[in-house]
Amino acid sequence: MFDFAFAWSFLPEMLKGLRITVIATLGGFAVALLVGLGLELMRRGRSKALRRIAQGWISFIRCTPLLVQLYFVFYVAPKWGLRIDALTTGILCLGIHIGAYVAEVYRAGIDAVPPGQWDAGRALGLGPVALWRAVILPQALPPAIPPLGNYLIGLFKETPLLAAITVLDVFGAANNIAGRTFRYNEPYTVAAVLLLVVSLLAAWAVRRIERRMTLHRTGRALPSAGPGSGPV
Amino acid sequence: MEALLGPLELLPQLLRGARITLQLTLLTAVLAFFLSFAVAFARNAPWKWLRYATVAYVEIFRGTSALVQLFFLFFILPAYGLSLPPMLTAIVALGLNMSAYGSEIVRGAIATVGQDQRDAARALGLTRVQTWRTVILPQAMVVALPSFGNLLIELLKATSLVSLITITELTFAGRQMVVTTGRDFEVWALVLVLYFAMAWPLSLLVARAEARAARFRR
Repeated sequence: MFDFAFAWSFLPEMLKGLRITVIATLGGFAVALLVGLGLELMRRGRSKALRRIAQGWISFIRCTPLLVQLYFVFYVAPKWGLRIDALTTGILCLGIHIGAYVAEVYRAGIDAVPPGQWDAGRALGLGPVALWRAVILPQALPPAIPPLGNYLIGLFKETPLLAAITVLDVFGAANNIAGRTFRYNEPYTVAAVLLLVVSLLAAWAVRRIERRMTLHRTGRALPSAGPGSGPV
Repeated sequence: MEALLGPLELLPQLLRGARITLQLTLLTAVLAFFLSFAVAFARNAPWKWLRYATVAYVEIFRGTSALVQLFFLFFILPAYGLSLPPMLTAIVALGLNMSAYGSEIVRGAIATVGQDQRDAARALGLTRVQTWRTVILPQAMVVALPSFGNLLIELLKATSLVSLITITELTFAGRQMVVTTGRDFEVWALVLVLYFAMAWPLSLLVARAEARAARFRR
């Protein structure tokens, strides 16, 4: 049923695809981190118009399918004179799509910073930029890392969609091989297995980071605990 | 005049696609809903092999892309002698995928109903079935509802994937219209707007259910 010799013969092509998948994942995630932060800062800004725009944008992106967003940018952008290749289009769309979810993670992290920190920062005479850079974000970002890791895995799982706009990721490579040989079983099975292995490894890594971070945080919290707070 | 009438004449065919999208979403949601409960219960089953099988099920379906699973069912099952019509393939593939996420929602929601509730039910002399039907599930459902709503939005968007296995839902209709009319911008903008029009009211309902669930828990 499953021809291992055949699978072996196209494995190099699939691994090349896996490289593209990883590039798309990391690139898309970098874009998502920036887009998410930008959206969240806009939502917290003083301008009502900007807040509305950010919220509307987030709703729109989250209520429409990534596949259609990809088609829109891939087929319409060139007509507006924006010539970007398929992989870059994919990275931008992935980043913009996941960024709308990442904004929510930043929101939770920023909400968790105690109000006293804002007051203390302002009392020290910090301007808004210095306040965000030196006080708020350094405290808001570390707790956000584990949920961000989950979105990284989520983004990774969306990358096969890029095959629909001609990117040769793992899935695109499988499509090509299947189209060339009319044999579907081996290419798609290998693609599924490769993607599953990477995704399980990444999930395992995120769980480890999560556990280490909670240990780290409780470890740091201990010395600062006030008198009489320990077990009697 | 031409520019104004343009997008409107594209609409009827896209709306036909949107109808298929809604049908697909609804049918898959029903399947995924019942599967979610079945999988969640199987995960707490007294038999070890069933528990392990469920964990594998959830990890495999959550660990790989829905698109890959769809292609797997569409292209590979026929090679093993099982060929389903495309529409059924789509419903089964998306239903299995969504149930892996749904079962975790059910599991989490059931876990929020405390042991004290179960003890109280037993003290009242309720049978196991009565306890589940009148005590545990009603409370768990309030907690699970917003998450199920979010999953329904994800499902609605995920139905766009089945355009790649030749089902003429909204995204596929969009691709056809682009081929026949060549008006990329208008077609894709309309498709996006139609998806938004279907998903956005749902997201407002979810926000409301979330607020209610938060009040219920307090």
